[in-house]
Amino acid sequence: MAIIGIVYAMFNGTMEQVNEALFEGASEAVTLVISLSSVLVFWLGMMRVAERAGILKGFSKLFRPIVKRLFPEIPDGHPAMGYILANFSANLFGLGNAATPMGIKAMEEMKKISKSDHASNSMITFLVINTSSLTLVPTTVIGIRMEYSSAAPTEIVASTILATFITTVSAITIDRLMQKSRQK
Amino acid sequence: MVEWLTVISIWLVPVTVMMILIVAIIRKVPAYEVFVEGGKEGLKMSVSLLPFLLGMLVAIAILRSSGALDAFIGLLQPVLSKVGIPADIAPLAILRPISGTAALSVTTEIIKTYGPDSFLGRLASTMQGSTDTTLYILTVYFGAVGIKKMGNALKVGLIADFIGIIVSVIIVSWIFL
Repeated sequence: MAIIGIVYAMFNGTMEQVNEALFEGASEAVTLVISLSSVLVFWLGMMRVAERAGILKGFSKLFRPIVKRLFPEIPDGHPAMGYILANFSANLFGLGNAATPMGIKAMEEMKKISKSDHASNSMITFLVINTSSLTLVPTTVIGIRMEYSSAAPTEIVASTILATFITTVSAITIDRLMQKSRQK
Repeated sequence: MVEWLTVISIWLVPVTVMMILIVAIIRKVPAYEVFVEGGKEGLKMSVSLLPFLLGMLVAIAILRSSGALDAFIGLLQPVLSKVGIPADIAPLAILRPISGTAALSVTTEIIKTYGPDSFLGRLASTMQGSTDTTLYILTVYFGAVGIKKMGNALKVGLIADFIGIIVSVIIVSWIFL
């Protein structure tokens, strides 16, 4: 990606902007990591307490029948399941900054299961569900709509939920089909 | 329904924190010590995340500032409009999986220009809400646990994004027209 951009800049005479953007991008990453680290430290600390108190295990037992079908590789009562569920519920309620730490934790647990540095099937399934977004209330968008004085800022909630649902289902389906063709 | 959901999402975090702490007290878990221990892990994680995130953001910044991304969008616009995606929405459709901040600014721009209650405004809102920044999510999650071989994740994620865009167009036309 970077090479394409730089080569394009050579012909387009935008080298100056590229030079600037290079370091802007870098400092943006640092700012992002700092703001991310605050939620990571808080939620991972909190989740560790939850794990030690046995909450995570109970939680994952409760929803096991549903999630089990999506992630057949994860053994019963494994903490990965608890983190996956925590990530999904945080996403559903639009708590993006809580969802990320739980998701990273889930990935870590899944890595313990697969013991390799290749992405496992459950990891891909998990991330595909995440990238297709799992929102019930798109708070940011509603905020923007209110700012530009929409008559009904929340009217897009239904269409968003519907679109999200269809996208997520098709993402899972594509993922499944690809998994099958990989195994052959 | 919506107000009810908003209330839940406001209450959810404090109540969850309270519940975790109450159960910890009942089960006699040394909450503070365990919290600090887990928090340290979080700090380590964000440090290991930095190189991955920095690499991706710099690459995207170069691509955007050189004008290559705009050229790419211009190239795809006629193709996308053939499948029924309005030309004004095309930049959003292409940027959404690549850069969260860029997509958000395009959405804001569309809502500002055409009004939030116009067809384009509603379409942009739905698109923005119903997909996520695929590239960012993959970088953060795979980066944090040090996985370098992503398998099919990127391919499936991008296909899903594309479906999401088409589906948004269909649904918004169907509900609001």
